[in-house]
Amino acid sequence: MAAIQETVDRVKSVDVDAYKYGFVTDIESEKAPKGLNEDIVRYISGRKSEPEWMTQWRLDAYQRWLTMTEPKWARVDYPPIDFQDLYYYSAPKSMSGPQSLDEVDPEILKTYDKLGIPLREREALLGIPGNRVAVDAVFDSVSVATTFKAELAKSGVIFCPISEALQSHPELVRQYLGTVVPVTDNFYATLNSAVFSDGSFVYIPPGVRCPMELSTYFRINERNTGQFERTLIIADKGSYVSYLEGCTAPMRDENQLHAAVVELIALDDAEIKYSTVQNWYPGDSDGKGGIYNFVTKRGDCRGARSKISWTQVETGSSITWKYPSCILRGDDSRGEFYSIAISNGKQQVDSGTKMLHLGKNTSSRIISKGISAGRSNNTYRGQVFAHRKAQNARNFTNCDSLLIGQQCGAHTIPYIESRNASAVFEHEATTSKISEDQLFYCMQRGLSGEEATALIVNGFVRDVLQQLPMEFAVEAQKLIAVSLEGSVG
Amino acid sequence: MLKIENLHARVDDKEILKGLSLSVKAGEVAAIMGPNGSGKSTLSYAVAGREGYEVTDGSISLNGESLLDMEANERAAKGLFLAFQYPLEIPGVTTMTFLKAAMNAQRKQRGEAEMSTPDFIKTVRTAADKLGIKQDFLRRPLNVGFSGGEKKRMEVLQMMLLQPRFAILDETDSGLDIDALRIVAEGVNALRSPDRGFLVITHYQRLLDYIKPDSVHVLSAGRIVKSGGPELAHELERNGYRDYVADAA
Repeated sequence: MAAIQETVDRVKSVDVDAYKYGFVTDIESEKAPKGLNEDIVRYISGRKSEPEWMTQWRLDAYQRWLTMTEPKWARVDYPPIDFQDLYYYSAPKSMSGPQSLDEVDPEILKTYDKLGIPLREREALLGIPGNRVAVDAVFDSVSVATTFKAELAKSGVIFCPISEALQSHPELVRQYLGTVVPVTDNFYATLNSAVFSDGSFVYIPPGVRCPMELSTYFRINERNTGQFERTLIIADKGSYVSYLEGCTAPMRDENQLHAAVVELIALDDAEIKYSTVQNWYPGDSDGKGGIYNFVTKRGDCRGARSKISWTQVETGSSITWKYPSCILRGDDSRGEFYSIAISNGKQQVDSGTKMLHLGKNTSSRIISKGISAGRSNNTYRGQVFAHRKAQNARNFTNCDSLLIGQQCGAHTIPYIESRNASAVFEHEATTSKISEDQLFYCMQRGLSGEEATALIVNGFVRDVLQQLPMEFAVEAQKLIAVSLEGSVG
Repeated sequence: MLKIENLHARVDDKEILKGLSLSVKAGEVAAIMGPNGSGKSTLSYAVAGREGYEVTDGSISLNGESLLDMEANERAAKGLFLAFQYPLEIPGVTTMTFLKAAMNAQRKQRGEAEMSTPDFIKTVRTAADKLGIKQDFLRRPLNVGFSGGEKKRMEVLQMMLLQPRFAILDETDSGLDIDALRIVAEGVNALRSPDRGFLVITHYQRLLDYIKPDSVHVLSAGRIVKSGGPELAHELERNGYRDYVADAA
């Protein structure tokens, strides 16, 4: 306990970049040997007592991965990653086997308390009166606790770690896993398929409106460890679920790899709302350390009239490479993407979305707000595509970039392709700077330079913030102010 | 109250103010008139502390306290208010949000408690009613899509709420029709009090028919070249600035 306090104090005292989640939890962990080979894949699969088909699935992915090369087309720049110099599995030692919350290591509970994520259900109840959130907490490679499981089960909702789902509902996992992001999709998704360790599994039965918000909270603690989580959400016919993902990591000098895969499946008339507040450690102001966030997220509007909506607030990571996308397969389905991506210091962001219109009368909407400060680079990359059978496809895209200071960059790269003459795609893009006039005006009214910047930026991102669940919108607003600290010269 | 002595200020290496001295007492309304390019806006920016307006010599003090080392927001918290000639638009930030942020930022700097939300809303509504500002304007992003007159009215609303000790009105009459001018002037007059000073910068006598000044000063080529009572404004209206421009040249 004293040792932890010391660590926390030490990290806090060097807290130059105001990253308040940078502490390390001092806990013994059990790791697979460093590096990646078939044995490691089998080890991970074995640790989870997975069925044989799953082990084979992973091994196939690993073989495939060996033949692939890293994508190089993104506007990001980093030294080569030595994939043999990483740990692919790390679990707190005390976590061997499923257990109740009372058995969870108190240090881990404390970690989540400190992050503001109460794992004890009665505390969760006190925290947000009338608005409960069920949490799946993933610590390095394993899920340590899932709250409100029993209550959710009453309405037939399955919410559990994916490793547990492989035991309790293998048929569901097998039916849907890899059907949205195929094993062969891309370098990082294939790597994830081989070595993913844990993540959340959600199934909402037909006609059920999930009675509370679901969320997963990811924490990377261990040094030199990659986090490869896998999330699979299935909303059966006519159901609804709102899901939130949050992420933080300790401040470390070396870079850490996070390569997740998220798959969403919405059947007829179902709706999935997926929100992310991503606040991985971004590295220090010289670009040292920080998370490489190489993530594949995709939703499949498989059924007619289904709807998938991505909302993301991205402030962390040293490098972000992610494009939450929608496949609009079902007729009359709808995809939405609302994004706020803030980069400061030396962060690099290459992010956007893909809207693939396959069914008839499908519609999509993209609102992207990029904010660059410091010496960062922020690229929006988006694809809107209409298949030749996608009669009456509609898209509206709005990409706005805001620059703060003289040394940052903003780029917008839209790919628009329509093979159907009835499709209507609209694209709007603006790039602006916070003007000195605006800053002076706000300061004349009493706001400091930083308060003025935060106020103007919050105005800039308002239409995206409104898409977030209420309590997270407030948190996101604070996060924006924190991540822009030091951006006014 | 506001005391400016031998002020020299430059913008981009060009000296605009060249030894300006001016003193405004508590309760006084001083008017500054002058031709284009005489330095009227530079004076208001230099006093308010805008970056890029470099004071190279002289002093500016408010109630005996020098303003020169203070940031613009610190000067605001000391009670200095500038009504802008061209108020800025802040997209996405509702007028209500902006007003609350400004009031609380000043209170915080002065070590006062924040205003409660019900009190704040009541205060804003009352002030808006007085100025004929419709309630739905308060929910719209500040100044976005507002007409020139509406923006100026919004400036006066902010002044009423922030209750400054000293206010500078920079060509508040420009772009106003006669009805809007009267409403704005009434708002300013309602704030006149024995412990508050005003500096009214204007091009025309017209505004001074509504806001009666105690003193009038002519600014030309970066200096006050003539001071007098309200009658000076009328003389300028008749004869123009040419006598004074010639003096300075």
